[in-house]
Amino acid sequence: MADTMQFDLVSPERRVASFQARAVKIPGSEGDLTAMPNHAPLITTLRPGILHVEGERGSDEYIVTGGFAQITPEGISVLAEESYHRDEMSQEILDRMVEDAAERQRKSIEQSHNEPGPTDDAAKLLSDMMAVGSHIGLSAKQPSL
Amino acid sequence: MANLKDLKNRISSVKSTRKITKAMQMVAAAKLRRAQEAAENARPYAQQFEAVMGQLAASVGDSPTAPLLLRGTGQEETFLLVVMTAEKGLCGGFNTNIVKRAQVRIRDLQSRGKTVKIVTVGKKGRAVLRRTHGDMLIDHVDLSDVKTVGYGNAQEIAQGVLKRFDASEFDVAYIYYGEFENTMTQVPTEQQIIPAHFDAPEGDAASGSNTLFDYEPSEEAILADLLPRSVSTQIFAALLENAASEQGARMTAMDNATRNADDMVENLNREYNRTRQAVITNELIEIISGAEAL
Repeated sequence: MADTMQFDLVSPERRVASFQARAVKIPGSEGDLTAMPNHAPLITTLRPGILHVEGERGSDEYIVTGGFAQITPEGISVLAEESYHRDEMSQEILDRMVEDAAERQRKSIEQSHNEPGPTDDAAKLLSDMMAVGSHIGLSAKQPSL
Repeated sequence: MANLKDLKNRISSVKSTRKITKAMQMVAAAKLRRAQEAAENARPYAQQFEAVMGQLAASVGDSPTAPLLLRGTGQEETFLLVVMTAEKGLCGGFNTNIVKRAQVRIRDLQSRGKTVKIVTVGKKGRAVLRRTHGDMLIDHVDLSDVKTVGYGNAQEIAQGVLKRFDASEFDVAYIYYGEFENTMTQVPTEQQIIPAHFDAPEGDAASGSNTLFDYEPSEEAILADLLPRSVSTQIFAALLENAASEQGARMTAMDNATRNADDMVENLNREYNRTRQAVITNELIEIISGAEAL
């Protein structure tokens, strides 16, 4: 059994990463999951979070904001809406992401008049974003709602 | 006979025009390289996306519960055309060709009694369409202060389109853009984005495309999540193609203009020299015949 698999992380604008990995922890929308070589074929959507990759040369972390991942026994392709390596992540980017999520929540509150569903989703999105921030040691500004 | 001074002026004016066109050509060449790179970088995402969508669409198929974006509204009455052109001119027939491609479709739809709505992206296409089909224009996206198109721009356009679709303002949507073949050729292209159309994956065992996937959450939830994104992705790809095509077209147009200016300068120089020689000969004749008369 091969102990590594192809890992690709692409965003619409560029290929962020592509290398051999031993295990990848994916922030799936239904919960985190770790994929290793010979994982059963699976397609899952992502929530904003941290993608943790165990490569051959140590581990790496990437921030993703939604998208989906396609897992096959041979490899993993993650198609993220937006994606940054942990080192590229800055306070400005986080602020903008949080602001976007907060904006979406405001809109859905206006539109759906406190119906559950879209508003809850938006609130979850926002809290996911904030969690990402605290994980990498940046404090997100509390958005004004 | 043309006046020497006039000729001199014309030569210098053509020469300075040549300098401008030459500079524009070089700028376009540099921008083209960057635009091509951007298009290249976006390709892996678009391809993978398409592959996954193909699988999903094939497995959900025409089931009546499939999202509207995939199976359509069930009628074909109102058409939305998203016409993407450049913000600037001086790029040969690039803008005209795209607009013409759209106009052919508009006439075809009108003759079949359909309603047509147009959204323009880019100033140049808007200018022409406003003259010919002004009553159909419903929106315009201005990208004139955008230096390099990003995914965000595509998302904005896509969201505008999707909002109209949700409000049942149209049934079918097409996008128009110039597909980049090489610097000489840009093909005006029409592409249907709603209802979405995906090529079913080929049953190719080697690439594993016929593997049965598990879906999390359900197949249909994923599809509903991804279809709007696929609209953005397609628009983004079109925008990038368009940007590369525009620069390619401009490069070619400016190259032609520079060469024309070269020819003109050469002809004018010849005429100038000939005139100068004639003036000298004239003077000599006058002097000699004056001397002979004595």
